[in-house]
Amino acid sequence: MLTEELVKWRNLARERAVEYGLDFYEVIYEVVSDHEMNELASLGGFPQRYPHWRFGMEYDRLSKSYAYGLSKIYEMVINTDPCYAYLMSSNSLLEQKLVMAHVYGHADFFKNNVYFSHTNRRMLDQMANHGVRIRKIQERYGVEPVEEFIDCCLSLENLIDHHAAAIKRKRDPKAPEKDIYAATAKESPKLKAKNYMDKFINPIEYVKEQEAKIEEQRLVEERFPDLTDRDVLGYLLQNAQLNPWQQEVLSIIRDEAYYFAPQAQTKIMNEGWASYWHTKIMTKHLLTDAEVIDYACVHSGTVATQPGSLNPYKLGLELFRNIEERWDKGQYGRDWEECDDYIAKARWDKKTGKGRDKIFEVRKLYNDITFIDTFMTEDFCREHKMFTFAFNDRSGQHEIQSREFSQVKQQLLTSLTNFGQPLIEVVDSNFENRGELLLRHTFDGRELKLDMADLTLINLAKVWGRPVNIATAVEGKPILITCNGEEVKSKPLS
Amino acid sequence: MSEIKGRLFTMSGIKRDHGRFKDIVRGRIRKNLKNFISQGEMIARQGKDGKVSIPMPQIRLPKFIFGDNKKGGVAQGEGNEGDPVKGMQEQPGQGEAGQGEGQHELEVEVSLEELAEMLGEELELPKIEPKGAKEVTTKNYKYSGINKFGPQSLRHYKRTYKEALKRQISSGVYNPEKPVIIPIKSDFRFRGWAESPRPQTNAVIIYIMDVSGSMGDVQKDIVRNEAFWIDTWLRSQYKDIERRYIIHDATAKEVDQDTFYRTRESGGTLISSAYKLLVDMVTKDYAASEWNIYPFHFSDGDNWSTEDTKVCLDMLREQVLPVVNQFSYGQVESRYGSGQFFKDLIEAFNQNEKLVASRIPDREGIYDSIKQFLGAGR
Repeated sequence: MLTEELVKWRNLARERAVEYGLDFYEVIYEVVSDHEMNELASLGGFPQRYPHWRFGMEYDRLSKSYAYGLSKIYEMVINTDPCYAYLMSSNSLLEQKLVMAHVYGHADFFKNNVYFSHTNRRMLDQMANHGVRIRKIQERYGVEPVEEFIDCCLSLENLIDHHAAAIKRKRDPKAPEKDIYAATAKESPKLKAKNYMDKFINPIEYVKEQEAKIEEQRLVEERFPDLTDRDVLGYLLQNAQLNPWQQEVLSIIRDEAYYFAPQAQTKIMNEGWASYWHTKIMTKHLLTDAEVIDYACVHSGTVATQPGSLNPYKLGLELFRNIEERWDKGQYGRDWEECDDYIAKARWDKKTGKGRDKIFEVRKLYNDITFIDTFMTEDFCREHKMFTFAFNDRSGQHEIQSREFSQVKQQLLTSLTNFGQPLIEVVDSNFENRGELLLRHTFDGRELKLDMADLTLINLAKVWGRPVNIATAVEGKPILITCNGEEVKSKPLS
Repeated sequence: MSEIKGRLFTMSGIKRDHGRFKDIVRGRIRKNLKNFISQGEMIARQGKDGKVSIPMPQIRLPKFIFGDNKKGGVAQGEGNEGDPVKGMQEQPGQGEAGQGEGQHELEVEVSLEELAEMLGEELELPKIEPKGAKEVTTKNYKYSGINKFGPQSLRHYKRTYKEALKRQISSGVYNPEKPVIIPIKSDFRFRGWAESPRPQTNAVIIYIMDVSGSMGDVQKDIVRNEAFWIDTWLRSQYKDIERRYIIHDATAKEVDQDTFYRTRESGGTLISSAYKLLVDMVTKDYAASEWNIYPFHFSDGDNWSTEDTKVCLDMLREQVLPVVNQFSYGQVESRYGSGQFFKDLIEAFNQNEKLVASRIPDREGIYDSIKQFLGAGR
């Protein structure tokens, strides 16, 4: 429930947001206490979820860091229809105004960005259903075994195909089955022979032998994934030896992983977009004279940069502003690219005025990687004093490595690729013809954390039910790590 | 748009998840207690008010993630190439672009009592039945109340002032222009005390350490760790506990706690010198009828001569063991020590349950050793 005062400001903010062309599912605001906020935040914004200690762990951390004054959550918004937004009750009126304006930005982004298009907007209900289902399973099979299995699944949670919604990588799963039968039916094991010679050229033992060979071949082929599969969770769901309840748990974990994926995929854009709109709406409309200083203080807090890390709010906001300015002044296209006159470039203003349209287009079609790749320019990089850094073993500290544009951009893109997660896919489910699972890590110079990988493999083996392997590289040399369920061994791969 | 009345949602109750997490963390502490003891983290983090904060990494489920050879990250700010990134922690790891949150270390605050409880539970240590305790009770005085009468030395200034002020205001004597407060006899208030009987048990731990040349830093670290846990446990068993420290090489002397852990002497070892000092200390300060006495001797087991060892054994048999609750000998294995003293002790006191000897081969051995020392519940 909002107070009358808040309702007034919310209506004002909403009116302005709509005027600017923001398009969102209705936002329902709720003022919550610090305790509730920490609770909601630890549950990812969903009041009803399945029972798991990890939410308790998050709650523990959040409530402690709030109690010690280390962090405070101003607001939280979830991608649903209608859109739910929680406001911290301890926020000042100014903060509530800012936060409400900010939330309209997020709400617009959720609704319009293409990477969110596949998400379930009734997720609130679905999360609650997941809770009910897991509770039922726990009642039946016991809390411990179910929780242990959830832990196993969560340990594989990042092995999903983040582009699954956009790309159809696989053939229709039903189709190949028919194909295989069709092929074997047509394929005759008999050698070509005239009718009367048939029983001499193709004696009955020979035919049987051949049929057995074909059958064996077919079985071997059938078990292989016909294409490599980045949706490891999905692959396990279809092919691992699981009980029905385990399948259900796994599918729940996978559904939720896919639901949250686009948020990680668009963190910079989403926060940048929301910050863009809260500054716009606040400074142009909602601020009273007395609030200016306080506003500046709160706003600069959100866009402050910490040493050694990029602030997505700041980076996103500045990039959106940069794009708007460039498209307003016509600083794009071939003429602009080919101009090498600094003075002309500095004064470049063709009064194209397309800035606003452009940023709306960008928020619809891009994700963080394409956003940075397309719009981060050398000038931007220089202006914002960006650099790459690395750990220097000799001096024992992090040092600035380079301010070279290409390096900064490359580094940034690399770290965003696959969310900074290693690229891992299923290659073979009948590895060495022993029903073992083979994953492949696409090595790009960054090694896996090996002790973690070993433990993950143990969990994977529990889900797969047979030994599992992963091909990766250490110090540039390919190795194969094998886990038989308890022991983990690694050997060099030739 | 329509307003919805009341709460929009009901919470599923994070309490359960939180409780479960805490259980796991507690369980983790128990399961990994071995590692904690040998990691030496506890003593470094003894806080101000007797709290020990165990640095507890969050339970992180294993995932396929990148290892340490990651290439750093991107950030923004001033500085030239090669300059250190200000404010970064001096350790490899983190700093990936676009990630808002860094790694978090979760600190679980555990009080010494809780710690002792966990230790007791993990090692299945029995509660100690103190000797000579039941009869001797002392009274505990605590200033907890306010009386109208009492000695001037216990006068409660503030309360007296308040009473006088109240009286003056209600009787109209008080003048805000000239706020002079004069208490009369009935205004005076004094601190009062309450008595509470409590069983008096006296306990003393006497740590003896061999600081001869063969005891290196590794060995001392092991002793420090073990002593910390012994302290923790015995302090949970006795209300007040005294601690005395003796170091010895060829000669013995009493030192304070700090010196005890820091000193490193060189030269030979005469264990008898330490035992002599121990016996002196006990006869002088700790009457066996009233005190629970716990000597702990840590050494690498090298004694100067078999003759000295004989003197030691005699002293233990005749003067030490009859008066102490238990004599504990911990032999920290070192490359230079022969470890002969352990064998001699076992040979001589195999039947005497008041003497517990234990070998501590390495950090991992601390766990078993503590169990041996404290497992008898004496």
